[in-house]
Amino acid sequence: MPADNEVPPIVEMRGITIRFPGVLALDDVDFTLRPGEVHSLMGENGAGKSTLIKALTGVYAIDSGTIRVAGEQRTFHSASDAQEAGISTVYQEVNLCGNLTVAENVMLGHEPRKGGGIDWRATQREAARHMESLGLAIDPRSMLASHSIAIQQLVAIIRAMVLEAKVLILDEPTSSLDRGEVEQLFDVIRDLRSQGVAILFVSHFLDQVYEISDRITVLRNGALVGEHPVEELPRDALVTKMIGRELEDLATLEKSSHRAIDRTGAPVVRAEGLGRRGVLEPADLDVYEGEVVGIAGLLGSGRTELVRLLYGADRPDAGRLEVRGAPAKVHSPRHAIDHRIAFSSENRREEGVVADLTVAENIVLGMQARQGWMRKVPRKDQDAVVAEYIEALGVRPANPHALVGNLSGGNQQKVLLARWLATAPELLILDEPTRGIDVGAKADIQKKVSELSSQGLSVIFISSELEEVLRLAQRVAVMRDRRKIGELDSTQVDLDGLIDYIANAGEGSAA
Amino acid sequence: MRSIWRHRLFWPVVALLTLIAVNSIARPNFIKLRVRDGELFGAIITILRDSAPLMLVALGMTIVIATRGIDLSVGAIMAVSGAVALTIIDGSDDPGNLATVLIAVVVAILVSMVLGVWNGFLVAVLGIQPIIATLVLMLAGRGVALLITGGFITTVNSEPFSYIATGYLFVLPFAFFISVAAITVIGLVERRTALGVLTEAVGINPEASRLAGVRSRGIIWGAYIVSGTLAGLAGILYASNIRAADANAAGVFIELYAILAVVLGGTSLNGGKFSIAGTVIGVLIIQTLDSTILFLGVPSAQSPVFFAVVVVVVVVVQSPRIRNALSRMSRSRKPQAAVVEDVVEDKQKAEVAR
Amino acid sequence: MTAMATGTGTRAAGPSFLQTFVSRHGSMMPTFAAVAILLVLFVGAEIFLRGDFITPRNISALLLDNAYLLVLAVGMTFVILTGGIDLSVGSVMAFSGILGARLLAEGTPAFVAVPAMLLGGAAIGLMIGILVQYFNVQPFIASLAGLFLGRGLAYVVSLSSIKVEEPGILWLQSTRIRLGDWYITPTGLIALGAVAIAAFVLHLTRFGRTIYAIGGSEQSARLMGLRTARAKVMAYVISGLCGGLAGLVLTAYSGAGYPRNGIGTELDAIAAVVIGGTILTGGRGYVIGSMIGVFVYGTIKTIISFMGAEQSWMQIIVGALLLLFIVVQRAIVARSEGRR
Repeated sequence: MPADNEVPPIVEMRGITIRFPGVLALDDVDFTLRPGEVHSLMGENGAGKSTLIKALTGVYAIDSGTIRVAGEQRTFHSASDAQEAGISTVYQEVNLCGNLTVAENVMLGHEPRKGGGIDWRATQREAARHMESLGLAIDPRSMLASHSIAIQQLVAIIRAMVLEAKVLILDEPTSSLDRGEVEQLFDVIRDLRSQGVAILFVSHFLDQVYEISDRITVLRNGALVGEHPVEELPRDALVTKMIGRELEDLATLEKSSHRAIDRTGAPVVRAEGLGRRGVLEPADLDVYEGEVVGIAGLLGSGRTELVRLLYGADRPDAGRLEVRGAPAKVHSPRHAIDHRIAFSSENRREEGVVADLTVAENIVLGMQARQGWMRKVPRKDQDAVVAEYIEALGVRPANPHALVGNLSGGNQQKVLLARWLATAPELLILDEPTRGIDVGAKADIQKKVSELSSQGLSVIFISSELEEVLRLAQRVAVMRDRRKIGELDSTQVDLDGLIDYIANAGEGSAA
Repeated sequence: MRSIWRHRLFWPVVALLTLIAVNSIARPNFIKLRVRDGELFGAIITILRDSAPLMLVALGMTIVIATRGIDLSVGAIMAVSGAVALTIIDGSDDPGNLATVLIAVVVAILVSMVLGVWNGFLVAVLGIQPIIATLVLMLAGRGVALLITGGFITTVNSEPFSYIATGYLFVLPFAFFISVAAITVIGLVERRTALGVLTEAVGINPEASRLAGVRSRGIIWGAYIVSGTLAGLAGILYASNIRAADANAAGVFIELYAILAVVLGGTSLNGGKFSIAGTVIGVLIIQTLDSTILFLGVPSAQSPVFFAVVVVVVVVVQSPRIRNALSRMSRSRKPQAAVVEDVVEDKQKAEVAR
Repeated sequence: MTAMATGTGTRAAGPSFLQTFVSRHGSMMPTFAAVAILLVLFVGAEIFLRGDFITPRNISALLLDNAYLLVLAVGMTFVILTGGIDLSVGSVMAFSGILGARLLAEGTPAFVAVPAMLLGGAAIGLMIGILVQYFNVQPFIASLAGLFLGRGLAYVVSLSSIKVEEPGILWLQSTRIRLGDWYITPTGLIALGAVAIAAFVLHLTRFGRTIYAIGGSEQSARLMGLRTARAKVMAYVISGLCGGLAGLVLTAYSGAGYPRNGIGTELDAIAAVVIGGTILTGGRGYVIGSMIGVFVYGTIKTIISFMGAEQSWMQIIVGALLLLFIVVQRAIVARSEGRR
């Protein structure tokens, strides 16, 4: 039951622009939300989804543009401002207090009072009434933390209803729910929709988006790509819109995907049935010497989770690992490094660079960690290594004493690449090395990966930009919904084929 | 190259020099050095000598703070160390024997090291918050010390032992040489090996360091061991100075002064970049301020008021609120943007989590 | 606790009583443990001392001797529930005590001196709260400044102890309201009153629930539209106020103000609160638990003095108990994190 276009919108955002230092986070974006619809906001990382939500909920100030709520122009200064205007947000990480009871979380700040104190009996009765209306049958006096995330999310939604929300923003609500829990959530969402609540839904799961949405808005690189009724936007069209086509000058880069790989010997690394409950279904992956294996899939498909398990950053609870044919135990990054595996995280800022250290210190960190603290890498060697990689990768500014935190994203990425290359790894895992960086740095990094692999380095390359994957990788592993769904030979498949595979393989519709 | 006044030790040095200048003008005796029997005396020498225990404790505290930790138990460890040493000396037939004293000192320091191992175990292995983990020993340590001394103030008359705090080597107090030795050893180990930079990496970004293969557990554990050991040495100095083990009075509040010295020296309590030189200056500021307050005729018991003011001023100046206000004055920029730079790249999860 | 809630009937087949109890009152477990420890101590001492321990006199003295600590623990509970810590309370107590003694000695009437004591404590608490909330200073450091300030000011007021002769203050201590062999003093009533008021505020007011919510997740509490800033500052003000009140109680107890009072008492208060089942990371615990914690502390002290053992055992035992509780709490927190 898609919403009628005649109904006046509850939220109207026009020409929203937000700038952060050095980045145009949102560029003249329009967004419209109508009562009684489920509207999905789609886009890859950095597309501007969460920035748009934060602009709407008053977390970020907008540089230009207007926000109208129920026809009235509004400026919110905080999330509670927006809440009072009827816009409630339920995040993936539930923003409730686990140490309080379910009833309290529902009613906090709105408890009925009697004789100078909170009337707990009335509070619990009230909470139970709201819970019942959405079909949640749990003990209102139990502690919130004793329930699953799914239940907690429903509690958060019920709290939003107590606040009489007219707009409900669900930001990645399903990412840690199982199938049955998702169904329960969707029942609640449908129920709310029929009551006329406008729902803004963000999810990386295509199936769920198609199951629940009436309308889809796609963002890419901070700009609006389009708004479409769900039945007019087939899956592959959606994926294409999300991923987009890259700039011409990158397309002229030399391909390494057609290079022949000798797969007769033992692979450098082979994973069999590697998985972790609730994180990744058991998956196989092998990488041969000099080979680039791409991992394609949307965010949340399990691509990051797979390589984190491989590297020992998270502990697998299933599967085994072989390094050059011999069984290997990789339970921590240290073990991985001892097996000459290197991993550069997609989360550059939190898990990559050490911001308050210099470029030189960051580059040497990997070598130094390998050697232990007793044997300091001699100053001369340090300077040589640092100078070599600053030169080879074109780090700017080319000042080894600059603080890494002050560098641009692309240069931080080069520093990370340098850190790992300096340890002379045999397998290099790069998770989204080119995200959020400028075209020049992108080209530099791709060139380097291609060059190194031709010299015998094995690489696992993860990127949302599928052209990049197809150009660099000889083989592409495809992931969806925390599962590896197949492996493609990149000489046998083109971009459209890959998009189709990501969107539809195993769905029976194509491929 | 940054200009001198932007250097992070600039303000601490200015504060110290100002204190010295004010003292020198107010009481010319302050900078006067007298030679008696080939030994130097004077207010400055006294400051150098008396600062030794705080110096040792503050050095250890610097390393611990660099790992994002804190060690509240140093005062208690001092008490234990003094109690152990004096009980051994007191129980021996020949308290004046150099060998006896050496054994006592070594055993006391080993015991302190074990206490450091214990703290490190709670923090690095069990993952208990440093404040809470070291609170346990802060509370129980003094009890242990009292138990060792049997609840009395053990006094000894041992020439070699009292030499440690009050004796002279060449023309300067022996305690001063201990300070210098500790500063040198810590400075060299931190900067000549990779320990310093690895400690900073762990303190700045523990997760990135782990993924880079740094053995953060060992580094954090080691920091508490160093802190415990140095506190043990400080306990020896304290006991030697008063020729007694006073389990109730040894090292009371020293953890607080040590933390203050570290902060004054420009090391952030949030961990990461640390400065041994800064801590040295911080200790000297505290000791000089103490001497100044005493000189002003303020009873030493009242001096905490001054230190309270110093703490408040330092933390307020370092607070994000004031820093933002200052940076906004120098260049106008959108306040929100200052906090959320580069959010576009961050995972949404991370944004929501904090 | 209130009666059985309505609305539980929506379930078809209810879980067992035990499951329901655990899911509702799981956070009370540490407090029950404290009660159990207290009982074991009582029974153990009674057996060991052949029936000389559990006497009305001893139990009454327990409240009398630890009234000041109980008042401090009440204030500390507020702060720790928000996830903070207040190291200043021992010094604040000394400052308030000596300030009161001096004012009274100079002939200030009690109805002026007593409010001055309370306000002095609250002012130091306010300073700490503002530093924590508005200048992002770690509670540990901010309250450290409060500790220095309180201690220094205590010595500024007087370097030596001042005897209190004001009958109104001494009355607080000397009066024995008797019931058979049991008795209670007005200081004891003050302490119990503080517990009762705190329990009311924490459990039956929005301010109290905000304190818990902050301890659970400050960001969530803010996003839920609660007035977190005000509540957090108020927690420190209350702790300071309790420090001032403890100064009054201690002055009445000892008949004098003394600037060296309460060195290390902040640790005793923290230990009592933690032993009473309040978790140092905030959000879980009960002021009643803190009261139990103080009684555990006081009982251990009494037993040690009955046995004629060294008082140093006190610190060791309390330290060991603290460790035990911290490790258990750590395990609980680790488990609940693992669930997510």
